[in-house]
Amino acid sequence: MRLITHNMLQCHVKGCNANNFPLELQEVVLEQEEAEMNEDFLRNMLTKIEYDALVATCLKLDINDLPATIPADAAYNDEFLQILHRVILETHIKSGKMVCPNCQHNYIIRDGIPNMLLAEHEV
Amino acid sequence: MSRPEHQAPPEIVYGGDEAAKYTGNSRIAAIQAEMAGRAVELLNLPEGYPGFILDVGCGSGLSGEVLEEEGHVWVGFDIAPAMLEVALEQEASGDLFLQDAGQGMAFRPGTFDGCISISVLQWLCNADKTSHHPKARLMRFFSTLYSSLRRGARAIFQFYPENDDQVQLIMGCAVRCGFEGGLVVDYPNSKKAKKFYLCLFAGQEVNGVKQQLPAGLGEDEEGEPGENGVQYTSKKRNDSRIRSGKRKPGKDKNWVLKKKEQLRAKGDKTANDSKFTARKRRPKF
Repeated sequence: MRLITHNMLQCHVKGCNANNFPLELQEVVLEQEEAEMNEDFLRNMLTKIEYDALVATCLKLDINDLPATIPADAAYNDEFLQILHRVILETHIKSGKMVCPNCQHNYIIRDGIPNMLLAEHEV
Repeated sequence: MSRPEHQAPPEIVYGGDEAAKYTGNSRIAAIQAEMAGRAVELLNLPEGYPGFILDVGCGSGLSGEVLEEEGHVWVGFDIAPAMLEVALEQEASGDLFLQDAGQGMAFRPGTFDGCISISVLQWLCNADKTSHHPKARLMRFFSTLYSSLRRGARAIFQFYPENDDQVQLIMGCAVRCGFEGGLVVDYPNSKKAKKFYLCLFAGQEVNGVKQQLPAGLGEDEEGEPGENGVQYTSKKRNDSRIRSGKRKPGKDKNWVLKKKEQLRAKGDKTANDSKFTARKRRPKF
């Protein structure tokens, strides 16, 4: 799973509606995989990404490349787009778990695939 | 038509063997790719706009390949672990999740520019566990999907409805969750190429243009899809029994004599054998 997708995930356990984002990553194994750079896509995603949550997550994973605040000219700042591309589209989470900060539900990640299935009482 | 959803829950039907078959069979792959292509076309995204697309029931990532060719970045989920394993082997480009559509989705509001799904919705109409209520599952699915879509985005579902009630149930749930749209039927006059696409709009476009339901393909003609598509023939598959000319032998004189012998051995009262034994009666009796 790429970090961009992690940035879009929130807990969906029944009744867990507040403070359920971002899911905290634990015991994570990362892998870098090259991907083709697509600037238009990054520009489209800029408005959707929760930048603060992304930076916080990255810092926990020892990725310190992103600036603390989003540059004002982010959409046309090539250098920034390069870094963003590398962080959100080329960094894959291979295994580990995601923990909801609110209800502490664990989503296990195996082979890069998070298990999002819920138990019956959580639906 | 065989309906795999009547056999067992999806994660069992699409276990090991079936998962391999699904990707190994070039005909299935071609049909899937064609339907995915049509679904992407119905999404109606602007030309050259690389979107973030959700693939519900992505399976081994066949429809993801189509999305990737169009330049989109995709995220998919499926309930069958065996199918996801195949997707991993094929090095699918999208992010994969193990997830049950009926349990809803865990994406933030406004995440996706569109959603496609090939042959999934009919599975949601089943109750595979005692705790499953199809209507509640559909409602949860559609409501979480609605919120995870950007305003004005479309969700296209190719599915095989069993009957009219099922269509009504699915559309009713979608409308109650805020979706607009309707059913697009491709090749309605063809028995096999007929395909149903549920075309849903998550609200109207931001620029105020009213979304129109696209027209189905081949609505006026009698015919089947053109040469580019998968070919459908009305010919039955070769049955090995017919081909070899072998038929199961009927109940002839020898069979009757054998049966009578058995009955005598048991001591039952049995008519004597004669030249009339096992002879056919005349038509006028």
